[in-house]
Amino acid sequence: MKRDLISITDYSKEEYLKIMQLAGEFEKNPNQELLQGKVVASLFFEPSTRTRLSFETAISRLGGRIIGIADPGSSSTSKGETLHDTIKMVSNYADLIVMRHPLEGAARYAAEVSSVPVINAGDGANQHPTQTLLDMYSILKTQGSLDNLNIFMVGDLKYGRTVHSLLMAMTEFENPIFNFIAPPELQMPDEYKMFLRDKNIRYFEHREFTDIISEADIIYMTRVQKERFSDPMEYEQVKNVYILRNSMLAKTKPNVKVLHPLPRVNEIHTDVDKNTKAYYFDQARNGVFTREAIISHIMNLK
Amino acid sequence: MNDNMKKKLKLKVSAIKDGTVIDHIPAQYLFKVIAILGLNNIENQITFGTNLESGKLGSKAIIKVSDKFFEDDEINKIALVAPHAKLNIIRDYEVVEKKVVEIPQEIIGIVKCFNPKCITNNEVITTRFRVVNTTPIALRCNYCEKHTVGEQMRMQ
Ligand SMILES: [Zn+2]
Repeated sequence: MKRDLISITDYSKEEYLKIMQLAGEFEKNPNQELLQGKVVASLFFEPSTRTRLSFETAISRLGGRIIGIADPGSSSTSKGETLHDTIKMVSNYADLIVMRHPLEGAARYAAEVSSVPVINAGDGANQHPTQTLLDMYSILKTQGSLDNLNIFMVGDLKYGRTVHSLLMAMTEFENPIFNFIAPPELQMPDEYKMFLRDKNIRYFEHREFTDIISEADIIYMTRVQKERFSDPMEYEQVKNVYILRNSMLAKTKPNVKVLHPLPRVNEIHTDVDKNTKAYYFDQARNGVFTREAIISHIMNLK
Repeated sequence: MNDNMKKKLKLKVSAIKDGTVIDHIPAQYLFKVIAILGLNNIENQITFGTNLESGKLGSKAIIKVSDKFFEDDEINKIALVAPHAKLNIIRDYEVVEKKVVEIPQEIIGIVKCFNPKCITNNEVITTRFRVVNTTPIALRCNYCEKHTVGEQMRMQ
């Protein structure tokens, strides 16, 4: 039976660990011709150059061929073809589908329609599991373990799908502590806090972005987006409160790393970039190895 | 009114020869139930009463449909708005079967996902939900993973 990767919770802890281990192998040896003779469809129904390039690099390093849609304006969908029909057609051509779509649930639906495995590269505000796996790989690589970590999440915790998925995945590991720093409008939704309480996992909520981060092992930054606010005045009040500056890292733990799913706007000041605690560009690089690992796992190549 | 008269009156209202009596519908959902079951589009003889006293529900409604016997998936639809509804199947003036409607663990079709950005609201797709709570009812969309809760429910 084909396996897809649509939501982070589709995978068990054992699978997370297997992906991490494979990603480590691909980091040591990125060019492995495991996909030779295979065709991968890269379907981006909304533009996301960063994610697309990361996937297409991973496919290329595995020796696979790529067909696809990079510009949704030129695709068959702009001529009114349904997602159903596009996926039916493409799954007759390709051995694997990597897909990004603006509508939530589109990837799950595509996986039902498709005869070949589907990897979700983002479906609206819903899921982006390969981002979560590369976040986990970055955490494992820098901390040496996914257990006993104090994880600070900062910024838009209400709509940020990456923090939600990362939270869900990290609860599979031993003794995590979560600290949420967000304006009242953008707090972590109740369903996630309830989930943590049910699992007896400690979490703390803060409004101020201050030296409480001295406890952190991971500082996960997100963008605070203007369009999330109903009142523009509220945005003006908080937009400069959740900015990480280099000076704020002075009293943090030596092992702490700053992560960000990118692209950033102004929430991490450029003076942080030279600090060895800044990890967001390495994190993006880890994305290629993690995606090589995910593809070879799904295609049963490793 | 003496007890005998009450009994007679009750009998008169209840008197359908063959068909289904749907009891214990929350009064505020009577017209929703009628719409869900498409009772406004059928030729059968239908009587209903509403704002009747009920210990359990506060105020209940009852529907009697002559010559109509519901399939299980139709009964599931009722369960979504009237989880405590009870069905009496009548044959020749006798109750031959009683059914309790139960909310199934999975709802296929019937309900629309509340999320306008859900793929099911943008392409012709049969919805699918897992029931995560019954009172109030909360359905988790199989596709967008969002919850559709209580009053947000619309029928597909
Ligand atoms: Zn949905």
